[in-house]
Amino acid sequence: MSYLCQTSHDLNIILDSIGIDTAEKVFSSIPEGMRLHRKLDIPGPLDEESLRKSFACRPSGVVFAGGGIYRHHIPALVDAVASRQEFLTAYTPYQPEISQGTLQGIFEYQSMMAALTGMDISNASMYDGASALAEAALMATKLKGIRRIIITRATHPAYRAVLRTYLQNTHDIEVVEIPFDPVTGRTDLESLENEADADSALFVQQPNYFGIIEPMEKIAKIASKAGFWGITVTEAISMGIMKRPGSYHPDVVAGEAQSFGNPVCAGGPLLGFFCVNKNHVRRMPGRVVGMTRDHDGKESFCLTLSTREQHIRREKATSNICSNQGLCALRASLYLSAMGPEGLRYVASQCASGARYLMGSLHDKGIQRIFNAPVFHEFVVSMDEKKRLALQEKGIIPGIPIENHYPELKDAMLITVTEMNTKEDCRCLLENI
Amino acid sequence: MSAREYITRFPEIREPLLNTRSAKGKNTRVCPAPFDLTDLKDLDPAETMPDIPDLSEVETVRHFTRLSRLNYGIDHGMYPLGSCTMKYNPKISEIIAGASAAIHPADSNAMHTILRYCCLLQDCLLEICGMDACCLWPAAGAHGELTGMLLIKKAVTLSGREKNTVLIPDTAHGTNPASCAIAGFRTKSMPSGEHGYLTAAILKEHLDEDVAALMITNPNTLGIFESEIHEIAGLLHDNGSYLYMDGANLNAIMGIARPGDMGVDCLHVNLHKTFGTPHGGGGPGSGPVMVKGELEKFLPCPVIIKDNTERYTLSWDRPLSIGMVHSCLGNMGVLIKALTYIVSLGGEGLREASISACLNANYLKSRLIHHFDLPFNTPTLHEFVLSDLRQKDAGITTMDMAKTLMEFGFHPPTVYFPLVVSGAIMIEPTETESLDELNRFAHAMETIAEMSLNREQDLHESPRACPVSRVDEVWAARNLILTWDAYESNKGDVVSK
Repeated sequence: MSYLCQTSHDLNIILDSIGIDTAEKVFSSIPEGMRLHRKLDIPGPLDEESLRKSFACRPSGVVFAGGGIYRHHIPALVDAVASRQEFLTAYTPYQPEISQGTLQGIFEYQSMMAALTGMDISNASMYDGASALAEAALMATKLKGIRRIIITRATHPAYRAVLRTYLQNTHDIEVVEIPFDPVTGRTDLESLENEADADSALFVQQPNYFGIIEPMEKIAKIASKAGFWGITVTEAISMGIMKRPGSYHPDVVAGEAQSFGNPVCAGGPLLGFFCVNKNHVRRMPGRVVGMTRDHDGKESFCLTLSTREQHIRREKATSNICSNQGLCALRASLYLSAMGPEGLRYVASQCASGARYLMGSLHDKGIQRIFNAPVFHEFVVSMDEKKRLALQEKGIIPGIPIENHYPELKDAMLITVTEMNTKEDCRCLLENI
Repeated sequence: MSAREYITRFPEIREPLLNTRSAKGKNTRVCPAPFDLTDLKDLDPAETMPDIPDLSEVETVRHFTRLSRLNYGIDHGMYPLGSCTMKYNPKISEIIAGASAAIHPADSNAMHTILRYCCLLQDCLLEICGMDACCLWPAAGAHGELTGMLLIKKAVTLSGREKNTVLIPDTAHGTNPASCAIAGFRTKSMPSGEHGYLTAAILKEHLDEDVAALMITNPNTLGIFESEIHEIAGLLHDNGSYLYMDGANLNAIMGIARPGDMGVDCLHVNLHKTFGTPHGGGGPGSGPVMVKGELEKFLPCPVIIKDNTERYTLSWDRPLSIGMVHSCLGNMGVLIKALTYIVSLGGEGLREASISACLNANYLKSRLIHHFDLPFNTPTLHEFVLSDLRQKDAGITTMDMAKTLMEFGFHPPTVYFPLVVSGAIMIEPTETESLDELNRFAHAMETIAEMSLNREQDLHESPRACPVSRVDEVWAARNLILTWDAYESNKGDVVSK
């Protein structure tokens, strides 16, 4: 394929106007010794049919995997509208007069995320949940007096890893992990109580990585002693049924909203969200859209608070982030609008009911949960590698092995049920174990 | 040709906010219901329903379709944003990436194929850039920069060298110093030479023991090739420092010259620029990082391993790695689109794309220098920077001209960047524009230059034929209406007069 469009006649006009006689001379400013004097060794060119044949890929038939990335029903309208070139091929809306579509779409995304989290303000989105949490921690370290980041060990392992990556050169900041109760799977409140003080910023995931519902009332009480605290949500669908994170009055709610209309897509693109209470708006990383008026007094939208950002503040910016996940955020707006309040609540209820159904069936078959506290739609069981691989051979992905992240949980596997699973999927899993 | 002839692209409509059409019971969607609902009291459910709009399907579709018509995309027309490389986004890439949409990253059966694509993409990028090893996971250019600077920080720290400064030329993107700051570096800005590129002599003045790296963009944001880069790399290496390259402008040199051959130790590339993946109104992008030699051992986890049975797996067993940079792997959908683009063009196709990108830019430059000031007369590649110096006397600014371009049906160029040029107008047409479209753009610019002589008021008041007229960005920052709840409580203030 080629997307070039100059005929040889056009090329002559172009060369004439530039004042060179061969196309190669356009590179005269590159010293000869630095030029590549051979052809690139790259496959292709391929036509469209060959491309389709070369890149065919099929998912396994039965999948009970989640762990921060979730398979959910995506209404057909999401793809239909989000694939419109006006959204898909537009740049960042730096020129508001011809970007009102993107801008209003993001404003609506911000409005819905603020409403769902119960926070005052949402930014225009982040790369993913892990970087959203890491940026929240970075934001906390810039507050006066914060010397420690406290994070629950039941927080998604990749999120904790990314947080450490982001903070590895912030030497005056210590990262502390709070253990979980081996029986319930909940965060150990006593340890939390011992660690939380005014010098610390505290982060809790709800529901936690094991799918367990954390006792937020009690945690919020402890967290009120911390200098700053935040809630991480890796499964945004949970906000369709559970109490809004903002009702516990954290400083920040940050996490992953891929579940809102974005496919799992082999792990990305994802959709990090970042919501704060209004005290923190000027410290918030990332882009944000505000309403304003045009020259004629008409309501309109533009990017705002850019004085926090890298292109103005350079090394003093609140973050280095430049792009957001614009199209993923638009898909979230489309998804929420398509589902509506009843639909979102219903999907959340289906997920939770499905998990309880499979949990019960596994129990009847003698496969026990490792933890006993209530869950949203994920739970941990014990399944050895041999069994898991045997299922995989049959096209059944029973869950995600997590022992590598939690060595004390031998053969532990995280099972996730969503509305994309069926009773038939469950039967298939049970019969083949 | 008058402006009116170009006005074909935007309807004169406003679209009310989504929530204003909401009414309880409008949404009648039937959701998947595979399970019988059970008692969920143990979840301690919220007493109220989620606070999002209740709309019919057709209202949702119409709302967002109307919004889309207020936007400008590449399929509308030319998008000459300098350093952003807004080239055509091939439709086939969407279809190919779509085929992987339903694959969960824990689905090892299917991920084997996906990781094979990743390896192929890594190999292609390494060949194009002349580097040794690659990490595909950073989710955007700035994320790639941060990753790269963390690698360099780790390398200097582990070698026991106390090096805390990164030098950055004054033509650099703002993300460069911001990324350095998070990686724990101090930054020091350096002037570009009088010809618009960094010279070895200038570097020598700034180079000292504390310098861990230089971050350079090549070609730089003036579109000028850093012709002393090889010597610059030598000076840095002799000083125990690294050369980092921001690959934002790689589109100028594919198959022509390779960063690795210039002495670059580490670089990131922007797949959404060079390899034609859509920008989506601000993302998702993708910013893979490539390194030479000893930096490889610090690359982020996980790495893709190919065993001797041709099976592809992921490994976290990297004791010196800087750690993970992403929740999962990376923006896989974007990676697959970029790979589709690369193999659909092939090696020669990529080279031809770069040649054409540079020719198109130089063609526009050869026409526009008759009407606009050209601050640097050094040869340029895929983009060039003009200024508003010749229009300034008439009181016309770069902003006026940019906004007027919209009247002619074009997205404006990048403006007021790079910072070294006052009133900068940075133009990058890319290779996918026809001579006809280039001529239409040149004509629009020439008309604007003429208007600056006798129709100043029209320029100040532009745009008049877009969905909204010039937007008051100061008002937005002062009033901070960031949600529709805030709008409800401020309504009277938004609509003035």
